Amino acid sequence: MTQENSTLIITEAETYFAVPISRPDFGSSGKTGSWRTERPIINEEKCTKCLYCWLYCPEDTILRRQDDMVYVDYDYCKGCGICAAVCPVNAIEMVPEVKTGEN
Amino acid sequence: MIKTLTGNYAVAEAAKLARIKVTSAYPITPQTTIVEKLSEMIEKGELEAKMIRVESEHSALAATLGAAAAGSRSFTATASHGLLYMHEVLWWTASARIPVVMAVAARAIGAPWNIHVEHSDIVDQRDTGWIIGIAQENQEVLDMTIQAFRISEDPRVYLPVIVGLDGFILTHTVAPVNVPDQKDIDNWLPPRMQPYVITPESKIAMGNMTSDDDYYMMRYSIQVGQEAAKKVIEEVDQSYGKAFGRYYGGLVECYKCDDADYVMVLMGSWAGDAKEAIKILREKGINAGIARIRFIRPWPAEILREKLYNKKGVLVFDRSISFGNTGQLFTELSSTLYGMTNIRGVIAGLGGVDVLPEDFANEMIDFVNKVEENGKVYDPIKWLFPMKYRNVKVEEVAS
Amino acid sequence: MPVRLSDFPRVRYGMPGNAACPGCPETMGLRYVKMALGDNVVLVIPAGCSSVIQGYTPKSGINFPILNIVFASAASAASGMQAAFESQGKDTTVIVWAGDGGTGDIGFQAMSGAAERNDNIIYICADNEAYMNTGIQRSSLTPYGAWTTTTWTGKKEHKKNIPMIMIAHDVPYVATATVGYPQDFIDKLRKAAKIKGFKYIHLLAPDPVGWKFDPSLTAKLGQLAVQTGLFPLYEYENGKLTVSVFSRLYRKPEKRVPIIEYIKVQGRYAQLMKDPEKIKGLEEEIERQWKWIDVLEKSSNPSNAASQIIKENK
Repeated sequence: MTQENSTLIITEAETYFAVPISRPDFGSSGKTGSWRTERPIINEEKCTKCLYCWLYCPEDTILRRQDDMVYVDYDYCKGCGICAAVCPVNAIEMVPEVKTGEN
Repeated sequence: MIKTLTGNYAVAEAAKLARIKVTSAYPITPQTTIVEKLSEMIEKGELEAKMIRVESEHSALAATLGAAAAGSRSFTATASHGLLYMHEVLWWTASARIPVVMAVAARAIGAPWNIHVEHSDIVDQRDTGWIIGIAQENQEVLDMTIQAFRISEDPRVYLPVIVGLDGFILTHTVAPVNVPDQKDIDNWLPPRMQPYVITPESKIAMGNMTSDDDYYMMRYSIQVGQEAAKKVIEEVDQSYGKAFGRYYGGLVECYKCDDADYVMVLMGSWAGDAKEAIKILREKGINAGIARIRFIRPWPAEILREKLYNKKGVLVFDRSISFGNTGQLFTELSSTLYGMTNIRGVIAGLGGVDVLPEDFANEMIDFVNKVEENGKVYDPIKWLFPMKYRNVKVEEVAS
Repeated sequence: MPVRLSDFPRVRYGMPGNAACPGCPETMGLRYVKMALGDNVVLVIPAGCSSVIQGYTPKSGINFPILNIVFASAASAASGMQAAFESQGKDTTVIVWAGDGGTGDIGFQAMSGAAERNDNIIYICADNEAYMNTGIQRSSLTPYGAWTTTTWTGKKEHKKNIPMIMIAHDVPYVATATVGYPQDFIDKLRKAAKIKGFKYIHLLAPDPVGWKFDPSLTAKLGQLAVQTGLFPLYEYENGKLTVSVFSRLYRKPEKRVPIIEYIKVQGRYAQLMKDPEKIKGLEEEIERQWKWIDVLEKSSNPSNAASQIIKENK
């Protein structure tokens, strides 16, 4: 078992092992869509597909369809309103979040 | 082959044999010649590693941890105030379960400045989760450092290891040391193992918040690793003994302690002087021995209990003190032995004050007399003052 | 080199569901790092908002592998990681993502050390101008006159000019950027990744909670900071200082947006607003800053000139 070059073996511990490691995943702080007090509504007719809202959204919750039309991921959108503020054609409106009866 | 090496150079040789890939250290007396020797080895091409010349000890351990988390075997060294400065990073490293080895040149802590040997800096790290070993002489320093890599990278353990060596007494004193061949070490020391790496492939984030419940279980897990280390340290020592001819006794070296009536308990280089004292005592008819603690963490409770439970008396020598209570070895040992034997703790050698074999012998004689006179002795703190101050009256403290 | 937004692949650059406040500039910035540099990146994050933004194990709310590290040691841990990757023959980019506290205060020593050693890392300071994670206490990068919980009547000292200090360190690359101009930030990140040595990027990150403005204005304020001339965008590379495209118009005082437009939106400047003397002081500071940039641009040794400026700016 020689090691002329440095080899590295990553192997699980053989005793009870709990260590603070994580991997990137959705919802590390829950479904943050529940934080909203208002939600962005995109007017697809006004939208020019400039992608500014997609660029500036802090949460990565404005997504692009194949034709680059944008839509919102309401599970995680926090309702900050940056998308509405940067839209050059005012195609996004922030409307109060209203309980629709579903969770 | 036999080389004449100081303790610090023995550490450097061991790190080289272990094929470390990254090292990062900040100079502090009495560790400086470790860093100097490693720099020299790297620049001469004898050691294929990167040296990061950091601007503080806190950064030294952080850089070592970073390199280890990225998957490279890494190493650092420090002492005294440097060790205290990086204290928070010690906790972070152990809790991250990333194997790393660090040499600590045991040195007194200020104020005032004192560069001579004391164990305070090392015992101050007991709670951090690191495995902590302390050597008696330069040969053991080299052997323990090499073993430390295998202990820390064992999948039953996955905890960082401190190798302690007494400042100046070992770090700067030359002794003949049998240095194993590189290819023999390559055969004995496995390739680096660790539980995870932080790379774009693994996508792992380490250290973000966790629920209190999960945090508790992580703490439990560290303790499990420490408990497992008791067995691993013994196995590694035996395996090294078979391969290189030197076995030290695992967690505790029992020097004439099996047939002894009275046993000294201590750790570090002054055990050599204590061993001389055993000769003196046995000539005087006192059946004395030594249980030399090689690893203070994990605390070898079972072995100490097994070796000492039926002795007539146990005399602990602490080269440090927890102000407001007493010596740390005494506190831990008396808790382990909980009343099984007569026990006394002596505070000696603070700040590098010399303790001669005669001093060890006289302390034991005094202890033996006390036991034979009183029958039941529990003496948590007895001061062995420096020669100049031996007539100072010990302050009576309200009990 | 300009890239069309629609050319960016349709992938998730951030990680939704993280613990950041709505309108957080740090999550914006991290998306831009991903857009600029892709997957072969490891982050080192000291204590700060970004530590908490990751959320709870076993999930992480930031889309990168991360070494979370103690407050004072981000740069050194990054140096260590980079040395390890290099010795393994990997070209993974190691990036420090630190706040203003972890850069200018407690992390300053480690950063200065890494800069002096010219370690091959990118150091990004996400500057939200206070210790936001612990509840808006002042840092050395809090600007003059700003309210924080430890400067109730406004900060008396001026903002420590870290980019200038890094120019004085004479590292291979220093740049300033804001989340208001992502294209500029992405270009600078891509350029930095190609350079070997210590690269420093100072990212202004307007913070809705700490600066007290509506969360929808984060991007706009990032732009206003540049348009008022308060936060010049520039690059220092190969011993030469260049003002960035988005800042060039605002060299001329008459072209700048009045500073009052920037201040009046932020609740932390409410005290400052009442004092026209102080507002004038701010305008003078903007002018002084641009004079320094003139000096550095024309100087044959901007690094020395920067040291001189820092010394004189008491």
